[in-house]
Amino acid sequence: MTALLDVKQLSKSFGGLVAVNNVSFALEAGRITALIGPNGAGKTTCFNLVAGALRPTGGQVFFEGRPIENTPPELVCRMGIARTFQIVRPMRDMSVLENAMVGAFSWTTNVNEARSTAYESLESVGLAGKADARTDQLTLPDRKMLEAAKALSTRPKLLLLDEVMAGLRPTEAAGVVRVLQRLAEAGLTILLVEHVMRIVMEVASRVVVLHHGAKIAEGSPSEVAMDPRVLESYLGAGFHA
Amino acid sequence: MQKRFEGAPDIKPWLAGAMVFAILAVAGALANPYLISLMTIVLLFTFLGQSWNLMLGIGGQLSIGHALFVALGAYSVAVLDVKYGISPWIGLLLGMFIAGCAGAVLAWLSFRFEVRGIYFALLTIAAAEFARIMFSGWEFVGAMQGLFFPAPTNAIEFAMLRGDARFYYFVALALAALGIVGTELISRSYLGYVWRAMRDDEQAARALGVRTFRHKILVIAISAATAAVGGGILALVQGSIFPDSIMGMGPSVDVLIGPVVGGLGTTFGPLVGSLAAIPLNHLMGALGDSLRIPGLNNIAYGIVLVLVVWFLPDGIWPAMVRLSKAIRPPSRVWLPQPRKAEE
Amino acid sequence: MLSLWLNVLASGVLLGLVYGLVALGLTIIFGVMRVVNFAHGEMVVFGVYIGYWAVRLWAVPVIVAAAVAAVVMFVFGYLLETLLVKRFVNRPHHYQFIVFIGLSLLFTGVLLVTFGPDPRPTASQLSFHTVSLGPVTLDLARLQAAATAGLLITLLGAYLKFSSFGRSLRAAADNRLGGLVVGLNIPRVYAVTFGIGAACAGVAGALISPLFDAQPYLAVDFTLLAFVTVIVGGLGSFSGALLGGLLIGVAEAIAALTFSPSMKTALPYALLIIILIFRPRGFFGAKEI
Repeated sequence: MTALLDVKQLSKSFGGLVAVNNVSFALEAGRITALIGPNGAGKTTCFNLVAGALRPTGGQVFFEGRPIENTPPELVCRMGIARTFQIVRPMRDMSVLENAMVGAFSWTTNVNEARSTAYESLESVGLAGKADARTDQLTLPDRKMLEAAKALSTRPKLLLLDEVMAGLRPTEAAGVVRVLQRLAEAGLTILLVEHVMRIVMEVASRVVVLHHGAKIAEGSPSEVAMDPRVLESYLGAGFHA
Repeated sequence: MQKRFEGAPDIKPWLAGAMVFAILAVAGALANPYLISLMTIVLLFTFLGQSWNLMLGIGGQLSIGHALFVALGAYSVAVLDVKYGISPWIGLLLGMFIAGCAGAVLAWLSFRFEVRGIYFALLTIAAAEFARIMFSGWEFVGAMQGLFFPAPTNAIEFAMLRGDARFYYFVALALAALGIVGTELISRSYLGYVWRAMRDDEQAARALGVRTFRHKILVIAISAATAAVGGGILALVQGSIFPDSIMGMGPSVDVLIGPVVGGLGTTFGPLVGSLAAIPLNHLMGALGDSLRIPGLNNIAYGIVLVLVVWFLPDGIWPAMVRLSKAIRPPSRVWLPQPRKAEE
Repeated sequence: MLSLWLNVLASGVLLGLVYGLVALGLTIIFGVMRVVNFAHGEMVVFGVYIGYWAVRLWAVPVIVAAAVAAVVMFVFGYLLETLLVKRFVNRPHHYQFIVFIGLSLLFTGVLLVTFGPDPRPTASQLSFHTVSLGPVTLDLARLQAAATAGLLITLLGAYLKFSSFGRSLRAAADNRLGGLVVGLNIPRVYAVTFGIGAACAGVAGALISPLFDAQPYLAVDFTLLAFVTVIVGGLGSFSGALLGGLLIGVAEAIAALTFSPSMKTALPYALLIIILIFRPRGFFGAKEI
C-alpha cells in the first residue's frame, strides 16, 4: 500500500539559512502523525511546504502518488489536503457557521449544501452550539477548533494542524485530543505540528522529530521518547539533570 | 437534516426595500422636473456605487479609477447610437463586454505577480487617466468635442431607450433596484462567501481552496461590466459625453462617494449615501454659482468625506441600523434560528 | 538634429529633477507612514500659488519664494498630520484614500474660492533668459528649478542618511514596532515626515511657478504625475522617486517632440503600464505593501 503523503528529501533554504534539510517521511492513511521538534527546528516550514504555501528548494512531496511540491495552496487544498494556521484567522463580519462554509465551496457551489456541511464540521469539533455567534465572541480553544472546522468543510483526506494545542490549558487540550481521536477513528489522516511533546505522545500513533531542519528520529511515541538523540536535542541537556 | 439549514428567507429587508422603491416610483410620477432629474442622477450613482461596492465592499479590491469602466459603457452606447443609429441596448451589451475585458486585463496584469492593495488601486487610476487622454485625442469618438445624442423628444421609444426626463427616471429607478437585488443575490450566493473570505484574509482563503486569482479577476470584471451599464444610461441621461466629464478623476470620486458615505459592503449603503451626498453637491454647486463662488461644492464634499470617515467609518446606513436596533425591542430583530434549541 | 535632441533631453532631465522632488515627498510619506497622500498635487499647487504671490506681488526671486514655500508647507504638513492624518494612519488604505480625496476636494475648493478658476501666469524675467552650453540652450527658470531641486534632493538624502533624526525616520520606515521599542517618538516622526513630504511638494511647486500657470485644477495632474513617478520608481524608494522623475521628465520631453501634445501627457501612463507589465513593483519597489 502506498502512503497517503510521501515526503522525499525535502529541503528549503532562505538565503543562506537552511530551514529544512533533506527530510523524508510518509503518512499512513487513517492515522495521526506528529511532527515535533524544538523552536526553530523547521516544523512550520516543513508544514508550509506540504501545504503549498512555500516552494521547496529541493526534494518532492507526493500526495496519493502525485507530486504536489509546486502546486499552489488553493489547489493543494482542492486535492484533499486542508490546513489550519498557527495564528487563528477567523474572517471578521462572518458568523462562525459562515466561516466554516467557505471551505465547502472548494467542492460545491450550492449554498445549502455548504451550510449543512459546515454544520457537520462544527458538530464534529463541538462548536455546533455556537454556529451563529460572531467569531470575536469565541474563546481561544473555540477559535482553534473553528480553524479545524473550516478545514474539515473542504472534505479533506489529510488534515494538517499547525500547533492547535499551543496556548491551551491542559483541560482544553484534552478536549482537542478527544476531537482529533474521533476524527481519526472516522478515517481522517492527520498531521500535527506540535511543540508540546506530552500531548503528542497521547494522541499520535507515529512521531517524526526534527532538529535544526533535519529529521533525527521517527517511530512510535514510546520509541521516540526513549531515543537518546531526541532527549538530548529536543528536550535539551537539562532533561538529564 | 438538510432542510433546517436552508435558513428562513429574510423577508424584512426585502419588504423595506420594496417599500422604498414604491415610494420612489410614486414620487417619480408626481415630482417636479428639477427633482426628477436630480433623483435620476442619485439613482444612477446608486447603481454605480453598487458596482464599486461589489468590488471593494465584498471583493476587497480598491478601484479609484472606476470612471474608466463607466466611460467605456458610455462611449459604447454613444458611438453606436450617435454614429450608426444602433440601439443603446446593443451598446450596453458591448459596453459590458469591453469594460469587463478591460477590468479583467487590468486585474490580470496586476495580480499576476501578486501585486495587490494600493498598487492595484493606483493602476486603476492610471489606466483611467491614460484612457481619458487617449479618448481626448481620438477623433472617432469625438475627441475633446465629445459626442451628442439626438435632441430628446417627448415620445418614448423603448427600443432606442429614448424619452423624456421622467422616462429616464424610471430607467434609473429600475437599474438601482436591479443593483440592490443583484448585490443581495450575489452576496448570498457562494460567490459572496468566497469573495468576503478573500477580502478578509487572502492567505486563509487560499488555504481553504479559494482560487483567489481567478475570483479577483471575476469580481473586478463583473464590477466593471455593471459600471459600464450605469455609464451607458448616464450618457443617455446627460445627452452628451466628453472625456473630461466622464473619465477623469471627478467621476471616479463621484462613484465611490455613495457607498463610502452610505456604508461599505452593505446593500442599501450606496442608495443612502447617494441620497445624502449628491443633492448636497448640487445644492452647494447652485449656491456657489449664485454667489459667484466656484468651489463651494468641492469644499462641502471634502468636509463631508473627511467627517464621515472620521466619525462614521461604517457609513450612515449601518449607523441607522444600529440606531433602529437600539430603539426597538431586541426580540423583533430577526436572527437565524440556531439548532441549539433542539439539543 | 542632434542638437535638437540634446536640447529636448536636457529640458526633460531638468524638469525630471523637479518631478523627482515632488515624487520624493510622496514616497517619504509612504515609506515611513504607509500612507499614500492623494492630496499631494494640491500641495504642489499651494507651492505654485506661493510662487505666484511672491513673484508677482512682492517681486522677490523665485528662489526666495521656494524658501517661503518650504517653511509654509512644512508647517502646514506638520499641522495637518497632527490634527487629522494621524487618526487614519492605522486604518485600511481605502479609508485613507477617501480622507485624502476629501482633503484634496477641500483644498481645491479653497483655492477656487480664494483665487478663482482662471489660470494666473507667473511671468518671471528668468523665463526669457537662456544660457547656452555648447549646442544646448536652456532657459534659466528651468535651470534654476532643476538645480535647486537637485540640491534639495541631495541634502535630503544626506540628512536621511547621516543625521540622527534621519536615521530614526528610516528606522520607523523599516519597523514601526522596532522604532517604538528603541524609544522613537513615533507621533513626532510621523508629523515631521508629513511636513517634509508637504515641503517637498510645495518647494517643487514654487520652483516651477515660472513654467506653469497657477490654476486650482492643476492639482489633479500633479497628483497623478507623482503617483506615476513613484510607481515607476517603486513606492517607498528614495532612489526610485528620483529615477522615476527623470524617466518621466525625459519621456515627456521626447513625446512632445515626436508626438502630438496630447501624447505628451499620455506617455507617462503608457510608460507606467509597460513598467507594470515587466516590473510590477517598479525599479526599487518594496517587497510587500
